[in-house]
Amino acid sequence: MFLALRELKFARARFGLMGAVVALIAVLMVLLSGLSVGLVNDGVSGLQRLPVTSFAFEEGVQHDAAFSRSVVKTDAVKTWAGQKGVEEAAPFGNALVNGKSDSGVEIDLALFGVETGSFLSPAVAEGARLSGAEPAGIVVSKTAVDAGVKLGDTITIDRIGTRLKVVGTLADQHTYGHVDVGYVPLRTWQEVKIGAGPGDEVPARAYEEITAVAVKGEPADAAAADKAAGTETLALKEAFGASPGYTAETSTLTLIEVFLYAISALVVGAFFTVLTIQRKQEIAVVRAMGASTGYLLRDAIAQALILLLLSVGAGVAVGVGLGSMIGGTAPFALEAGAVAAASALLIALGVVGALGAVLRITAVDPLTALGGSR
Amino acid sequence: MKPAETVPEARSEQAASGLVMRDVNLQIGDGEDVVHALSDVSLVVEPGEFVAIVGPSGSGKSSLLAVAGGLATPTSGTVMVAGRDMTVAGKKTRTALRRECVGFVFQSGNLIPALTAEDQLRLMTKFGKKTGRDPKKLLAEVGLAEKANRRPHQLSGGERQRVGIARALMTGPSLLLVDEPTAALDRQRSHEVVELLARETKEHKVATVMVTHDHDVLSHCDTVYEMVDGKLTRVE
Repeated sequence: MFLALRELKFARARFGLMGAVVALIAVLMVLLSGLSVGLVNDGVSGLQRLPVTSFAFEEGVQHDAAFSRSVVKTDAVKTWAGQKGVEEAAPFGNALVNGKSDSGVEIDLALFGVETGSFLSPAVAEGARLSGAEPAGIVVSKTAVDAGVKLGDTITIDRIGTRLKVVGTLADQHTYGHVDVGYVPLRTWQEVKIGAGPGDEVPARAYEEITAVAVKGEPADAAAADKAAGTETLALKEAFGASPGYTAETSTLTLIEVFLYAISALVVGAFFTVLTIQRKQEIAVVRAMGASTGYLLRDAIAQALILLLLSVGAGVAVGVGLGSMIGGTAPFALEAGAVAAASALLIALGVVGALGAVLRITAVDPLTALGGSR
Repeated sequence: MKPAETVPEARSEQAASGLVMRDVNLQIGDGEDVVHALSDVSLVVEPGEFVAIVGPSGSGKSSLLAVAGGLATPTSGTVMVAGRDMTVAGKKTRTALRRECVGFVFQSGNLIPALTAEDQLRLMTKFGKKTGRDPKKLLAEVGLAEKANRRPHQLSGGERQRVGIARALMTGPSLLLVDEPTAALDRQRSHEVVELLARETKEHKVATVMVTHDHDVLSHCDTVYEMVDGKLTRVE
């Protein structure tokens, strides 16, 4: 690294410029990583936190809108619970509603209807869990609390007028399709779903319909279970795609990230290609004097690695700083693992780009160090 | 002028530690376009001897340096430096031999822009584990003690060439190959640089071969050869 370090120092303006480009790409990577984690959280954190292996939806349901379109009979729950390998099965209802708390907070809610005693009924951070004693109780996401909903508030659902009392709040962010999740007892959910307000007559079939069967445990024969219950199973991860906008958001961001990685590898490669061509005479001289190809390659790669480490490090620091500033205003969440993986990939691809360039060293004939014709 | 091939046998034995080239041929290209860059060249340079080779451009002077320094393999013939065969197959071995036995001084110094004068010298001990001379002392020897921390662009042409000479001597080579050292220098500086080469040749007991266009500086050399169309002849 004798040569590498001295050249970095000597040509610091040139390397600095290159480093700035890589650093800016790293900043962008961090921000994109935060944005994609934030969007995933916003889109499906309510589903991620469910202790569920898979959902059994209505047979033939459109996958990207399964939660809004699927209607399953409650009988299917029993069928699923009886399957080999299934630990538990419970009815699950999902509906998006608009509401307003009595303190004037307008709030959109993803109502998750669950049986009060079932494994789906969440543990609370404050207040009490859902119970049969309070049929109009609701347990809301922490994000709803952040938005101004308090324990003991009453949320009135628009149009139908159902009044839900906040009996408990959850510890974490539970959102679905960028909307706060509120857990309500299944019967209440079924009434809201059919549009029955207080005092309205509820047709009996309303109480037989749910969105899906939530299944815990791997069924031994999922296909047979689906056939018996008349359902179509999606694993939890696959069900994320049914959250509004989820697939479009994640695929767009992934595409941008892939392009950024490719751009950074190409930019680093182009830089070191030009640099190596400029160094050709010097490389020929050093080789003529007895430096092995391996020595020169190691030196050049070390140089690229130092440049990448410094610039990615600086970029990540700036990105994390910026990220913590915008944290509250946009769906943005930094995960150490995601940032570390992005940085490592950026450095690795940079080294690949540089390697492609500095391999030209092997093609430099030390004979060219002797001036004139031979 | 007598042909170089008639070098007495006894002399070559004494020169086991210098450069011995025998019946060296180098053909470049093939078929109809073949160029005889070197034709039956024999040359012996003893330690402490300063040899100059003059000749028009394209006559094969640089080819001779390339073959002597193991940068090119001759088509036939033998090349020994310090008793070691420079024509061995294998680029790695030849690279190692260059590192061990040969010092190069290039046109206009050919220094590395990023390195100070002292670092140019220290770089020589970074390729292998070879320990070198004291770079400070060597720089003082070529008259650049005060300029050890200057980079090439802060040195004059003559000073760059002096650094190049000191760099070539850093690892204590048996053979010093010098390629047009005065190409970019004025008369005064040319004499100074070649004088320095002559002095260092004697002091370090190194066999030195200098290729040059410059007939003015030949007075500093022990032996002068002329190269014409790949043939080497001694100039009396």
